Amino acid sequence: MSTANTAHSVVEPSLMTKRIAGAIVILYAIITMVPLAWIFLTSFKSPPDSISYPPKIVFQPTLEGYCNLFTTRTRQTPDYIQSLGAPTSTCDEITRNRNMVIAGPSNYWPRFQNSLIIAFGSTFLAVFLGTLSAYGFSRFKVPLADDLLFFILSTRMMPPIAVAIPIYLMYRQLGLSDTALGMILLYTAVNVSLAVWLLKGFIDEIPREYEEAAMIDGYTRLQAFRKVVLPQATTGIAATAIFCLIFAWNEYAFAVLLTSGAAQTAPPFIPTIIGEGGQDWPAVAAGTTIFLVPILVFTILLRKQLLRGITFGAVRK
Amino acid sequence: MAARFKGRAAVSRPVAFSSLLVMPVTDTDTTLLDKAAEKAVRATPVPLAYRVRGLSDRSIAWLFIMPTIVLLLAINIFPLIWAVYLSFTNFRANRPNAEIDGVGLTNYQRVLTDPDIWQAMQTTAHFVFWTILLQMLIGFALAYLIDRKFRGHAFWTTVILIPMMLSPAVVGNFWRFLYQPQIGLFNYVYSFFTGVEPSSFEMLGSVTLSPWAIIIVDTWMWTPYVMLICLAGLRSIPDYIYEAAEVDRASAWRQFWSITVPMALPFIMLAVLFRAIENFKMFDMVVLLTGGGPGSTTEVASITLKREAFESWRTGRASAFAIILFVAVFGLANIYVKALNKVKQR
Repeated sequence: MSTANTAHSVVEPSLMTKRIAGAIVILYAIITMVPLAWIFLTSFKSPPDSISYPPKIVFQPTLEGYCNLFTTRTRQTPDYIQSLGAPTSTCDEITRNRNMVIAGPSNYWPRFQNSLIIAFGSTFLAVFLGTLSAYGFSRFKVPLADDLLFFILSTRMMPPIAVAIPIYLMYRQLGLSDTALGMILLYTAVNVSLAVWLLKGFIDEIPREYEEAAMIDGYTRLQAFRKVVLPQATTGIAATAIFCLIFAWNEYAFAVLLTSGAAQTAPPFIPTIIGEGGQDWPAVAAGTTIFLVPILVFTILLRKQLLRGITFGAVRK
Repeated sequence: MAARFKGRAAVSRPVAFSSLLVMPVTDTDTTLLDKAAEKAVRATPVPLAYRVRGLSDRSIAWLFIMPTIVLLLAINIFPLIWAVYLSFTNFRANRPNAEIDGVGLTNYQRVLTDPDIWQAMQTTAHFVFWTILLQMLIGFALAYLIDRKFRGHAFWTTVILIPMMLSPAVVGNFWRFLYQPQIGLFNYVYSFFTGVEPSSFEMLGSVTLSPWAIIIVDTWMWTPYVMLICLAGLRSIPDYIYEAAEVDRASAWRQFWSITVPMALPFIMLAVLFRAIENFKMFDMVVLLTGGGPGSTTEVASITLKREAFESWRTGRASAFAIILFVAVFGLANIYVKALNKVKQR
């Protein structure tokens, strides 16, 4: 609407500048989306289509990738398949067209569930503990508070593999290897340092007078914390929670070293999905798509908190 | 609401509230604060009521901070101390019952004189250098363009952010497919624009190209992060400085180099620090793309560490290496932060 160089500001860029800037940024955005779009497209391809040359953009979509992702299959003779009754589901039919029958469910769903439990469990714990400590550090005189905070944060500088060595030994002793509880505790410990750091900043911004007023009004310190501080800190808590969740959801190094079966999460599992004669790319793409969708939704729904958290955390450090 | 209480810096005890009453309260809604202030006047000796109610502040502080400290002691600090201890022994995690002997500084000496480990450090430094250079250039350029505030810039910023939210392992795994010679999209697109035969080069299998394959994926994933921090830097520059420059007829080029760049520099340096620390630890993406290969061309420090610890099972030596890495990152980061603070003060 506004034309270039209107009276309100001499620094407003001209319309031409804006258009060129916009065009470049949009071009970059589209290019970075190509790999993700390719994952999505590949998940609906049949295995032959996925490895054709030149790569196919137009193809007959099929659910085969998703069927293969959730099932294990065995090869059978056409006679045997003929002798079975009518296929009971779409996946059944697709599998039979490849001369195979469904043998049972694959491990993808249990791994995905592990990811959900561990990511949400550790996020909840980290944010819960982080909020309490952040309030403690923000409002009370804690001896050596700054050194303590800095040291806690600096443990994040260690390569995860370095931390994993003693954790691995400790968990083996305590029987925590390959358990969801072990992973929840570990991710909580990794995340809580960041959570305290971020949340302390957010709580510092809430004037002390609010809760002090409430306490004069008859609230105890705990009530004031719950009814005055917590509601004010909601945005900060949400931003922190997203960070913890993204870390725990995406984490690979600890997961691959410390879990192998019962508590394995999706990231170490997805690369191991194989079909006959190598990686089953449509199934991998399907698994990747399902795994990425929750984060995509989060990013888009909560982008404001996310942006605030990233820049805020960076500027404070 | 907060705006009314500017100049509240010194207020820290409830008693001080009485001074707030002097301020003219013009709006009619009774906020929590107003009610409280009213009560404060009527209240019985405030400090007494304050002390009697509920838990003391000291015990609450204790109660709030303790669980976190306990967790961190158990899962961060204790293992760290254990690792320091192990680094002085010949312990091997695959032989837990064997006798543990103290070997003094032998592990440290071996690590520091091992040519493979120096090779890995060099590879890591190479990655850190190139990824940061590319991410800074592209990230700053994007931030600068987005700061022109064209229509829809908020939406496109969100789109650009998406790669950094995703799992490096899961997405890195899929890039392996994009890099396939013959069938991969990357090779196809490259050959489409250059006319080179798509099966004539292997991004992941070639000694010269495989480091770049990883650098490309890392840049694709983390440029948005750098862009965001640069954007925060650009937005922190107040308009009036540009307005003053405009009055002085400084050219756009001059404004960019003497206002934009120096004022955004602390943010750019922060972005460098964060990316350097992260990429120094680089593991997921490399494991899934190349696994350190071909040969050991892309074997970064984390991968060497993993081999030592979980494949050769030389736990003591791996612990020594881990501690050397930690001290190196920690030391370099501290020196860097000092430099950063100098730049900020300027």
